[in-house]
Amino acid sequence: MKDARLVTGHVSTVDQAHAASSRPRVFRRLLRNPAGLASLIFLVVISLAAVFAPLIMPHDPATIDIHAVLASPDATHWLGTDGSGRDVLSRLIAGGLVSLTAAALAVGVAAAIGIPSGLIAGYYGGFFADGATWIVNLLMALPGIVVLLAVRSVLGPSLWISMAIFGILMSPAFFRLVYAAVRSARSELFVEAAMVSGLRDSAIIARHVLGAVRGPIIVQTAILASITLAIQAGLGFLGFDDSTVPSWGGVLTDAFANIYRQPQLIIWPSIIIALTSVAFALLGNALRDELGRTTTRRRGAKGQVEQTSVTRSASLTPLEPGVLLRVAGLRIGYPNSDGMAEVVRGIDLEITRGSVHGLIGESGSGKTQTAWAILGLLPSTARVFAGSIQFDDVDLLDRSAVSGVRGRRIAYIPQEPISNLDPSFTVGSQLIEPLRSVLRMSKRQAIARSLELLARVGISDPERTFHSYPHEISGGMAQRVLIAGAVASNPDLLIADEPTTALDVTVQAEVLDLLREIQQDSGLSILLVTHNLGVVADICDHVSVMKTGQIVETGPVEQIFNHPSHEYTRELFGSLIDEDDVRPTPEPSPSRSDLAVTR
Amino acid sequence: MMGEPLLRINDLVVEFGRSRWSRFRALDSVSLDIHPGETVGLVGESGSGKTTLGRAVLGLAPVTAGTVAFEGRDITRLPRRARRELANDIQVVFQDPYGSLSSTMSVQEILTEPLRASGIGRSDSIQRVRTLLDQVGLPANSGQRYPNEFSGGQRQRIAIARALAIRPRLIVCDEPVSALDLSTQARVLDLLRQIQDDTGVAYLFVSHDLAVVRHLSHRVAVMYRGQIVESGNASTVTRTPSNPYTQRLLLSSPIPDLNRQRERRMSRSMLQPQSA
Amino acid sequence: MTLFVLRRIGAGLVLVAVIVVLAFFLLHFAAGDIARTILGPTASVETVTAKRAALGLDKPLLEQFWLWLSSATGGDLGRSWFTGQEVSSSIVTRATVTVTVVIGTTLISAILATVLGVLAAVRRGVVDAGVQVLSVLGFAIPGFIIAIFLVDVFALRLGWLPATGYVPFSQSIVGSLRSTALPIAALSIGAIAAVAQQVRGSMIEALEAEWVRTLRSRGLSTRRVLFRHVLRNAAGPALSILALQFVGLLGGAVVIEQIFAIPGLGQVSVQAAASGDIPLVLGLVLAITLIVVAVNLIIDILQGVLNPKVRVS
Repeated sequence: MKDARLVTGHVSTVDQAHAASSRPRVFRRLLRNPAGLASLIFLVVISLAAVFAPLIMPHDPATIDIHAVLASPDATHWLGTDGSGRDVLSRLIAGGLVSLTAAALAVGVAAAIGIPSGLIAGYYGGFFADGATWIVNLLMALPGIVVLLAVRSVLGPSLWISMAIFGILMSPAFFRLVYAAVRSARSELFVEAAMVSGLRDSAIIARHVLGAVRGPIIVQTAILASITLAIQAGLGFLGFDDSTVPSWGGVLTDAFANIYRQPQLIIWPSIIIALTSVAFALLGNALRDELGRTTTRRRGAKGQVEQTSVTRSASLTPLEPGVLLRVAGLRIGYPNSDGMAEVVRGIDLEITRGSVHGLIGESGSGKTQTAWAILGLLPSTARVFAGSIQFDDVDLLDRSAVSGVRGRRIAYIPQEPISNLDPSFTVGSQLIEPLRSVLRMSKRQAIARSLELLARVGISDPERTFHSYPHEISGGMAQRVLIAGAVASNPDLLIADEPTTALDVTVQAEVLDLLREIQQDSGLSILLVTHNLGVVADICDHVSVMKTGQIVETGPVEQIFNHPSHEYTRELFGSLIDEDDVRPTPEPSPSRSDLAVTR
Repeated sequence: MMGEPLLRINDLVVEFGRSRWSRFRALDSVSLDIHPGETVGLVGESGSGKTTLGRAVLGLAPVTAGTVAFEGRDITRLPRRARRELANDIQVVFQDPYGSLSSTMSVQEILTEPLRASGIGRSDSIQRVRTLLDQVGLPANSGQRYPNEFSGGQRQRIAIARALAIRPRLIVCDEPVSALDLSTQARVLDLLRQIQDDTGVAYLFVSHDLAVVRHLSHRVAVMYRGQIVESGNASTVTRTPSNPYTQRLLLSSPIPDLNRQRERRMSRSMLQPQSA
Repeated sequence: MTLFVLRRIGAGLVLVAVIVVLAFFLLHFAAGDIARTILGPTASVETVTAKRAALGLDKPLLEQFWLWLSSATGGDLGRSWFTGQEVSSSIVTRATVTVTVVIGTTLISAILATVLGVLAAVRRGVVDAGVQVLSVLGFAIPGFIIAIFLVDVFALRLGWLPATGYVPFSQSIVGSLRSTALPIAALSIGAIAAVAQQVRGSMIEALEAEWVRTLRSRGLSTRRVLFRHVLRNAAGPALSILALQFVGLLGGAVVIEQIFAIPGLGQVSVQAAASGDIPLVLGLVLAITLIVVAVNLIIDILQGVLNPKVRVS
């Protein structure tokens, strides 16, 4: 994945000059986010109305007018009156204060409990963390309303007590968020570096850890506010609040009780509760989007190209005898904000039958993209906008044609062994599956063939590996399994993308031996993508040197290694760590010459 | 002449895992000395314990038994406050140049943080940052910029500058060039050498790459499954090792020379039968 | 696997025990003078004392707990203080109603959420935007407001479905379906929103996994990789959310049952809470905790089947 990371992660210095995340930026961008801005405005208006309720209410919310019970909207009562003849609009405005304060209380209690305990548990771990996690799991298994009902049964109806209790019940939401964020921040290298730098725990938490959780906490607060508002209206609906104090839930309850007599009453409280709740949720979402945007890096803009339609050669010309694969004029790009970032810029490549062809380059040179293009497995955002890839008589840029040869005549060995096996299936079932569905073998045949392949790639106990899950085997063994899967169909071409980079050197040597052996036995061709000149020297016959999307030099290894002609190739060899440049050993100390004190 | 060692590690044991059954011994009585101004290379494969040894020196790994002494003083299990003071003497450069720098802090902030923590005043800190940037070969205006504006190699220079900030006596380098491209590797290694020649700092240099270790180290220790299997001066250990594991390690690493690589392959196949 | 299941059952029983103990003592501590509350301020001191003795409230609290526990383990949860009805029998009949509604909701949400989440993850574009809008609305609009809206439209205005009441399955299948259609719809929307969002997220994550490319390089069709591998890996996190949703649905059912006048646990809970009927409240806490633990156990076992790593840890 080295190359892929680069495609998305490589940034030029100028581009990113001010992309560092900072608070005012997020807020300003939030204002530019339509959903975020709308919900923010709505919430500000609602809050202002609540705060200044006494000034803007047209009537006293508690005044009962028995002559105007369930009145329809008119000039005096804009939204009509409720079952007791009270003005609905005034009750909604007054109720806003109660409802919003109650929501703030619950979220505040949840934050006051959840955030500090999450910080402590996440940073120090140990028994506090174990205990807190257990309590959190317990709280999460409790249906909130049932607890509130139980509390109400002994403490009587009180909106404030209910909301405080609900705050406690919600505190796991903050705890889990902060705990997970701090735990992952705690293992970040920059936090360890700060510890080694001699910073106090309090300074580390304040500067490095809180920074990581601040954004998610704000998002969570908005989302919990939304939940609380809904629950609180529900509690009002169940008759939990003081009927003397107006609240949105109370207005709704009254309206529902009179739904047959005055159906329109139900509309306004429903709308106000739903809108406020949606506004909080939207605000949370918008915040999450904007916070997320700061951390994602922009795509690298290397060569800018205008987006043209693919100008592929329509008809295939037969390949010269001995040539298995021909890549001609291939250009691959990724759309970005200013057009297209081109990662492969017109390369030509020919692989002869039975040869091992190395494709060498540093990260970001486009070598992995080239490999994926040959397999027809580029990411969906990638665009091939020029060139051709011809394999024997098959046009590999033709999607249906490539799926006909992939897994049959062309196979793939990835870089990172463990993450390239599906964790949910045994090694065996992942080997059998293509044999059965692609090569149409019977189950019995497929099992026999898989075991044979596992033995072939040097696994000493094929039965056991066959029944293992990916997490139960070592990296070296997983890479052997992947090689077994790749050669299962006796392919003509093997695309190996850094097949040994993730492995220890001793395992790397064994895997290279295995690849060489398989190649010599079956006469297949290998395209070996690597950044390691030593690997090329060990196994390749031909090599192409790639730099920023272009192949700068290509030829037999002897030629390239002994007489590199391109400047970049010479630079590559020149940057090798000089083997003979060993530092002088210090004078042996009189007391001992070896560095081990005792053995 | 070499006097007392700067750092002395004696029979160090580190075990992970809480329960008695799931206990894993990462270091098994390891002993090692580092003298002022020298580089001791620690080479081994994944799981050999080389990184754990570096972390134990930094106080980031739980020590089960044995001691680590700095200038004769036992620093194996220091209380937090004393460990913080030790930051003036022992520093670190980590492998991952992307994870080891906080992306929300400017380079200036990153570099002043350890200075301020050790009690250096603001204006002195700013002066020192300028010197540091110059020392690691970064442009003087880098201070106002953020880590994600720099390439991997440049980031590693920032990390080195941070480690150097309070003039430590020892820097633990944990695979500092493994994540870098080939051409960048050599330049960062040369920088580390240059700094050592200028300042006399000692390195505990952890790496899986024998060539890299050979380039920088005066002496080398080879680790395998939690133990040091071979140690001695760099030239001997990395060219003509006597331990069979070190020999295998040396011959396994492919070199970019066609004829010599062919020879290596031959000698490796004679060395040991294939193991799966 | 057996060990894994046994361990989960053990953990569930510990949870039940802790909650019941906590509930018992907190309720009794907080309740104050129960006999006086029941009889009201006009009752004489003698009658209050007699009532206290009759309810066993004059004994030490620990002894009361022991008595309650020993009869509870035998299935006897005492009698309601107000109606005199047996707590266990009145809970069992109502629990079946609530469990029917909530399980129905869970199944329907699981299916619809999977379909929507998969479509959103794979198709992106318009479908995705639609699912996003639905999940924000479904998440934020309280279930009982949706319920009121559904009653208003489908029962009062259109008259297609009954506004209130509950017909048991055994009595009439069609009637039962008709009577539960609106409550289940009202409860489902929030759950669908939450689960679909999770399915979408974990599908996208699984689609980006490296093994997807490797499986496709083996010649497997996109469809096969999607449904056999990606979906299975995405199912784990979605199930966890479903388990949390189930707990939420039980709570939501309390309010929904009020709206549709369904004689379930919710109605009893509200009555018991309003009157301060501690034996009934305790019985309800026990019953609901048992249901939650049982459902979590089933979901844990499903997780174990889906994810080999879960079984080990």
